[in-house]
Amino acid sequence: MKAFLVLEDGTLFSGEGFGAAGKHIGEVVFNTSMTGYQEVISDPSYCSQIITMTYPLIGNYGINDADMESTTTHLGGLIVHRLAEMPNNWRAKTGLSEFLADRGVIGLQGIDTRALAKKLRQRGTMMGIIAAGSYKATDLLEEVRTADAKPHPSPVYRVTTLAPYTLHGSGYHVAVVDFGVKQNIIRSLMAHGCKVTVFPAATSAAEVLGCQPDGVLLSNGPGDPKKVTGAVTTIRELLGRVPIFGICLGHQLLGLAMGGDTYKLPYGHRGANHPVKDLQTGRVYITSQNHGYALVPDSLRGNDVEITHVNLNDGTVEGIKNRFVPAFSVQYHPEAWPGPEDSRYLFDSFMGLIRQSKH
Amino acid sequence: MPIKKDLRKVLVIGSGPIIIGQAAEFDYAGTQACKALREEGLEVILVNSNPATIMTDKDTADRTYIEPLTPEFLARIIALEKPDGLVATLGGQVGLNLAMELAASGVLGEHGVELLGTPLTAIKKAEDRDLFKKTMEELNEPIPESCIVEKLEEAISFAEQLGYPLIVRPAYTLGGTGGGVVSNRQELVETVARGLKHSLINQVLVERSVAGWKEIEYEVIRDVADNCITVCNMENIDPVGIHTGDSIVVAPSQTLSDREHQMLRTASLKIIRALGIEGGCNIQFALDPASFQYYVIEVNPRVSRSSALASKATGYPIAKVAAKIAVGYTLDEIKNSVTGKTFACFEPALDYVVVKIPRFPFDKFASADRSLGTQMKATGEVMAIGRTLEAALLKAIRSLEIGVDSLFYPGLADLPADLLEAKLKTKDDMRLFVIAEAMRRGLAIERVAELTALDKFFLGKIANIIKMEEKLQRAGQHLSIELIQEAKTMGFADSRIAAITALPEGHIKELRISHGIKPVFKMVDTCAAEFEAATPYYYSAYDQEDETMVPSGRKIIVLGSGPIRIGQGIEFDYCSVHSVLALREAGIQAVIVNNNPETVSTDFDTGDRLYFEPLTAEDVIHVLEKENPEGVIVQFGGQTAINLAKPLADAGVPILGTSVENIDRAEDREKFDQLLQELGIPRPPGQTVLTMEEAVAAAQRIGYPVLVRPSYVLGGRAMEIVYSQEELVSYMTAAARISPNHPVLVDKYFKGKEIEVDAISDGEEILIPGIMEHIERAGIHSGDSTAVYPAQSLSPALVAQVVEYTEKLAKALRVKGLINIQFVVFEDQVFVLEVNPRSSRTVPYMSKITGIPVVKLATRVILGQRLREAGYGVGLSPAPPLVSVKAPVFSFGKLVQVDTSLGPEMKSTGEVMGVGTTLASALYKGLVAAGCRVPAKGNILATIADKDKKEALPLLKGFYDLGFRILATAGTAAALAHAGIPAETVNKIREGSPHMVDVIRAGRVHLVVNTMTKGRAPERDGFQIRRAAVEHGIPCLTSLDTVAMLIEVMTSLQEGHDLEVFSVQQYLPH
Ligand SMILES: Nc1ncnc2c1ncn2[C@@H]1O[C@H](COP(=O)(O)OP(=O)(O)O)[C@@H](O)[C@H]1O
Ligand SMILES: Nc1ncnc2c1ncn2[C@@H]1O[C@H](COP(=O)(O)OP(=O)(O)O)[C@@H](O)[C@H]1O
Ligand SMILES: [Mg+2]
Ligand SMILES: [Mg+2]
Repeated sequence: MKAFLVLEDGTLFSGEGFGAAGKHIGEVVFNTSMTGYQEVISDPSYCSQIITMTYPLIGNYGINDADMESTTTHLGGLIVHRLAEMPNNWRAKTGLSEFLADRGVIGLQGIDTRALAKKLRQRGTMMGIIAAGSYKATDLLEEVRTADAKPHPSPVYRVTTLAPYTLHGSGYHVAVVDFGVKQNIIRSLMAHGCKVTVFPAATSAAEVLGCQPDGVLLSNGPGDPKKVTGAVTTIRELLGRVPIFGICLGHQLLGLAMGGDTYKLPYGHRGANHPVKDLQTGRVYITSQNHGYALVPDSLRGNDVEITHVNLNDGTVEGIKNRFVPAFSVQYHPEAWPGPEDSRYLFDSFMGLIRQSKH
Repeated sequence: MPIKKDLRKVLVIGSGPIIIGQAAEFDYAGTQACKALREEGLEVILVNSNPATIMTDKDTADRTYIEPLTPEFLARIIALEKPDGLVATLGGQVGLNLAMELAASGVLGEHGVELLGTPLTAIKKAEDRDLFKKTMEELNEPIPESCIVEKLEEAISFAEQLGYPLIVRPAYTLGGTGGGVVSNRQELVETVARGLKHSLINQVLVERSVAGWKEIEYEVIRDVADNCITVCNMENIDPVGIHTGDSIVVAPSQTLSDREHQMLRTASLKIIRALGIEGGCNIQFALDPASFQYYVIEVNPRVSRSSALASKATGYPIAKVAAKIAVGYTLDEIKNSVTGKTFACFEPALDYVVVKIPRFPFDKFASADRSLGTQMKATGEVMAIGRTLEAALLKAIRSLEIGVDSLFYPGLADLPADLLEAKLKTKDDMRLFVIAEAMRRGLAIERVAELTALDKFFLGKIANIIKMEEKLQRAGQHLSIELIQEAKTMGFADSRIAAITALPEGHIKELRISHGIKPVFKMVDTCAAEFEAATPYYYSAYDQEDETMVPSGRKIIVLGSGPIRIGQGIEFDYCSVHSVLALREAGIQAVIVNNNPETVSTDFDTGDRLYFEPLTAEDVIHVLEKENPEGVIVQFGGQTAINLAKPLADAGVPILGTSVENIDRAEDREKFDQLLQELGIPRPPGQTVLTMEEAVAAAQRIGYPVLVRPSYVLGGRAMEIVYSQEELVSYMTAAARISPNHPVLVDKYFKGKEIEVDAISDGEEILIPGIMEHIERAGIHSGDSTAVYPAQSLSPALVAQVVEYTEKLAKALRVKGLINIQFVVFEDQVFVLEVNPRSSRTVPYMSKITGIPVVKLATRVILGQRLREAGYGVGLSPAPPLVSVKAPVFSFGKLVQVDTSLGPEMKSTGEVMGVGTTLASALYKGLVAAGCRVPAKGNILATIADKDKKEALPLLKGFYDLGFRILATAGTAAALAHAGIPAETVNKIREGSPHMVDVIRAGRVHLVVNTMTKGRAPERDGFQIRRAAVEHGIPCLTSLDTVAMLIEVMTSLQEGHDLEVFSVQQYLPH
């Protein structure tokens, strides 16, 4: 099956399709992780995006039951240089192509993914159309160009849980506001013995506090934080009433709630090798990241917020905390999966914060 | 943190000669480190015994000692230099062990030398098995159940508890010397005994074998602030059980899920922190292919072969960063030199696949045991980069230079089916080709996986290649453009496509060029395009976008020398690097093509641009088309590069320096003979023969002894000296495959003094930096003999003759650049043995000792400068006041079943240099640096062939006079008694125990003198004695010339002389 990617600037990549046939318009992004494609494609934060893996051999160890970051996939398409024809791993249940086909996700392989990544780096993230089947490139270009530019509602509402649910544990009770939560955040909390109640993104502060949580975790999720309007109000109301830990989108939302501003990065951070410096200790951690927006440092210079972590490469804000109330957040993924586990300790910190606030 | 306070002078210890398990990677690491330290304004003192290194160049450090790497010599240097700090983790295991000895003996303390970087406690925790085990247990990191034993009985009782298979591994050795997997008591006993002998601390580890699991390595770095990163992980295609140095390795790991990768990565960070390493380390894991269970196999608390590979595979300069950390920097303070924007505190992201394949020396050692195990046997390696695994694998195979361009190895096609399966099980250096052959014959992947324990993912990639071969075969003459494109993308060489389709190679090339099927070049940028980088480090791929940035201006390509192998070692990398430096000094862009990841030449900032490619005509031409240089320099990359001269010239590429016609005139036997005749220069009489009868007749005519040199030998070359018709016939039937296509050269063997000359010529005039004289007479390969400079015993008339011949030859061949000539002086007449129209093994050595930048001058001459204007004069250079020797170093300990006796076929893997005020002191240093334990007293075991007895007697008497006791076999003992020298008679092996080998085993022998009787079959006594000596670390001399030299050294040693140390800067003019 022939397949294509056409970028809004007219660049055409043609290769071979895998996964599902069809077409999809979405933001084209690249991820530099060399392992962890299963976690990537099942991470709700990639909702509707077309992901290019820069590592050229993908699918090598197949797909297993355990490494899912959500029960289904939300991505719009996957682009790889070479899909493994003979995946092999003791946990593998199926191959990547079959997996994507089952979920209606379009795959494209056999293109110069490095050229594509370079283009995205130079031009910034672009919209594109991925299509597998008998399509004509010119039609596709027309389609991506005329794709309506009117503002969409945040994709958060497509990936959040429809109703609250609780997972039992004997430790602290943590309310997770689900903006597209990765399963491993929940697993990490449960590994700390927590009881976890997951709320939809649009939940009010009152409702969250209604379950009498010991702490609130603001999850990761897709898209522009500013479009998740209700959440900012909710967080503002939660601040000071319960310890808060924000991750990724949750971090941006916490920043917004504390008066900060966000902006869109030219091509985002997506990968497993981003060095982040803890400004308090001077220590550097290698982190797992997936975000297209970031907090504007200057917008945080107010009295309440302290920037705790920065990206060693480009100086972007990677962590903040409130000076007065127990609330902190990081732009990266301390839960890992995919990516390094260096920052797992942040869950301990969160537990510590909860413990402290009880005194 | 900035650089440590009060640190001004730093000592760096190199790794010494190239041996199996320790190759050019430490020159790369050491050179990088010296640069990094001097950047900080530190004064760097360097010690290394290996002259063929860039690190021992006088510009690399402030003071450079080419002296033996022993505690005694190091102590002298430390006393002299009084450095503030010592970096011990850059000189391989040799450097590390030495630093530990110096610390233990108190030398460091006495002189206030601080060990920089990884502290001693960390080194000990990683190196001492007991401490290591304890540390891992505390961390809850699993290691295979094991027991450290110091006595055989302990090993036996441990085995009785745990059962077999077990693995025996000695502590503190190189390349796994003396270890192995054992599956029964007898094997256990043998291996443990050998291991105890080889261990520096007399310990071996006996542990549960996890052979067959995945072997995964991590390169980890930590700084003093406890920041840790993993530079890269690597997966061995060969599972645990085959030494990583002998394994085919891919980077990054291919078959590990993120969960598995992170599990091992996290463990790596935990381990490096617990050990407290400040710098780099390598951690090896065994991972169960069917669960999350893993074991930590080993931690190397230093830069290593793997870290060099990881550096080249990722662009991350591990040694440089380790050096900066050692003097106090933290990772977030060190810039990423590739992007120039980001910091060293990150983990490289690759967007390509890297394949490393080891290069084995079995072509030189037909009788060697080729099977692979825990003991490393490879002398070198190649690395290839591709966008697919298949392409990287095929490129790597082409880079090996073993006469194949793909997974097809000619001889294997004839292998009977039953043998094939057996061969799949016993893994040797041919395994990749055997697997391919099995697949070609239709053996299912599952079955191959069962037999080989290779992961099916990798086998699937091999199967893809075989499927492509089948497609090509089916297409045959009707080969389509699409199929060519597919095959090229998969990494097939034109020659391979041609061979399968039976179309001419030129036709394939034309076809694809006319359809625009050409590779593009991609950049290695450490970050998978996430950041802008301008690294001039490229690899080819049949992909879409080309990224090369080729600035305008003059540019020249220098071809490298590929993998390190016996006969073509680090010397040629040294030469390539110097040529590049000369070009850059001349303001010309220097472009390197090479595939050896260990070397300085493949450091991305050595040249203006680096192309990591196989050195085949097709691959090099692609680079040429991209670069469009004014020409190619082929004379510094050894035979590899020289062999490309003709095909490149045929493709219209200007070859700079000596012309292709003249290269051919020197290399083609007939043309060369004619040239010599015209010039009136004699060479030993000889003849090319095509049949056995002709050979016999030729030998008869020339007169025995003769040197026979078959042009084709099963499993490698094999030159030999034969003394009689009987020997000639038996040798020719056994080893050589004589036929009209495979002629044999028969030459008169002149057992005379061998002389070697390197010269630079501009076509009109020549400069001879010096004349070297060999200790061993001709008949022992020039690479295996001890070369003395300046020559000590040549009469002025002889010298004049050598100079005249050299001049004549250089002129006649219109040499522009370098020429190397070997002569033999027999009965006062000078004969030419060989002319190499290129740089040679001795060029670095001569450059070091004379201070004449031989390669740079040659490069300038190639660029058009006249020698006269180069500032070093013409003719024979005057000799300096010191005497120097170049001594060979062998790796026989690693190569089971290899005969150690020296002959016309080269066997050494490396070399050292000794410098002294007298010949004896230089020789002594050379011997000590080469690892020879020169005994001051004790027992000498002598077994001398009849033909040598007369010559040997005075020598043995020499030992006797020095106070040695002589043990000898009956014949030799009788001859000795006759000459009035008392000797103890020992049995030959067939005469029963206690025989010679028993005496060696019993530790009663301190030196063996053994000259060869005919035949080298392993079952012969001589062979057994020589092996026994090697395995027990006893010097074994097979040339009476070496014996004579040793006696001279011992005599002067007894008289006592000062072993002064000299720095290169001290003895070199300006
Ligand atoms: N327990 C074991 N069982 C089987 N093979 C092993 C075991 N431990 C090590 N090996 C094999 O032996 C090789 C050499 O061992 P290693 O400890 O790395 O020694 P070296 O110091 O020579 O690198 C390894 O690369 C691995 O393939
Ligand atoms: N005719 C000869 N007489 C004596 N020794 C010879 C003769 N030919 C070669 N040799 C010995 O064999 C060695 C290797 O031969 P050479 O022709 O130099 O081959 P290579 O190409 O391996 O250097 C020489 O270094 C020399 O010691
Ligand atoms: Mg090892
Ligand atoms: Mg020679």
